[in-house]
Amino acid sequence: MNLAEGVQIVSFGILGLMMIGTALGVVLLPKIVHSAFLLAGVFISIAGLYILLNADFVAAAQILVYVGAVNVLILFAIMLVNKQEDYVELPGRTIRRVATGVVCFGLFALLGTMVLATPWSIDTTSVPIEDTVVALGEHFFSDYLLPFELASVLLLMAMVGAIILARRDLIPESMVAGDPISTKLTLPERPRELATLSSDTDQQN
Amino acid sequence: MQLEYFLLLAAALFCIGIYGLITSRNAVRVLMSIELMLNSVNLNLAGFSNYLDPENIRGQVFTVFVITVAAAEAAVGLAIVLAIYRNRNTIDMEQFNLLKW
Repeated sequence: MNLAEGVQIVSFGILGLMMIGTALGVVLLPKIVHSAFLLAGVFISIAGLYILLNADFVAAAQILVYVGAVNVLILFAIMLVNKQEDYVELPGRTIRRVATGVVCFGLFALLGTMVLATPWSIDTTSVPIEDTVVALGEHFFSDYLLPFELASVLLLMAMVGAIILARRDLIPESMVAGDPISTKLTLPERPRELATLSSDTDQQN
Repeated sequence: MQLEYFLLLAAALFCIGIYGLITSRNAVRVLMSIELMLNSVNLNLAGFSNYLDPENIRGQVFTVFVITVAAAEAAVGLAIVLAIYRNRNTIDMEQFNLLKW
């Protein structure tokens, strides 16, 4: 990084404040759509922090994957399950909130003292490498080849699993007739809207 | 610039994520909080890779792996939320007690 020290500190401050502010907005705002848009702010400011840390490829991947894919996916999910829901107030809700806040602040204090008390062995002698993309590619195809391939298999499994979980089942009309069996162990489910095969073909014609 | 600044920032983001994970009642917001926590871990990894291991940047390799796993988790998690919404007609976390007792 060949920026001056003052520029680095000022941009770190701006990015850090932006990140904390938008993260608090994600957690605390009442409307879910607003928090989904503020989540993009968190991701973008974290990409800026990656650039401050000489990780340019990771910053680009952060913008592409998080802002471009994950955030859009979350927005689509919000649109699909969009329902104004009046949550029933539960007893002891404020006590739970306060207790969670205290626990989180305690965890932050613990992590902060750990960070400040540990003598980090900071490497000041070696200069950071210029071309991180080449270095990352060499890592991926030499000593991290097996995790790289496993990551590709994981992505394939996630894609198949998401399709299977989110699709609607097609039930042939001959099987629809007859009462559904209800036992003691039947879960309280809403009856499914059955997309039958024959009506589908009628609509296509 | 110090390594400690980045670590403190990542710790603050992680604690905000935990708070949102526990207190929010909307299932989609819970997934968003998980994304926040994964991002704070990524920030930690990138900071360590820059300050402690600048010659062979192993921390950034792990950051890329965490981004991959986070993307897969978001896809499967949102599909599960969608399936639950179709069956139960709600996304209130307090009513998801199918496997509780």
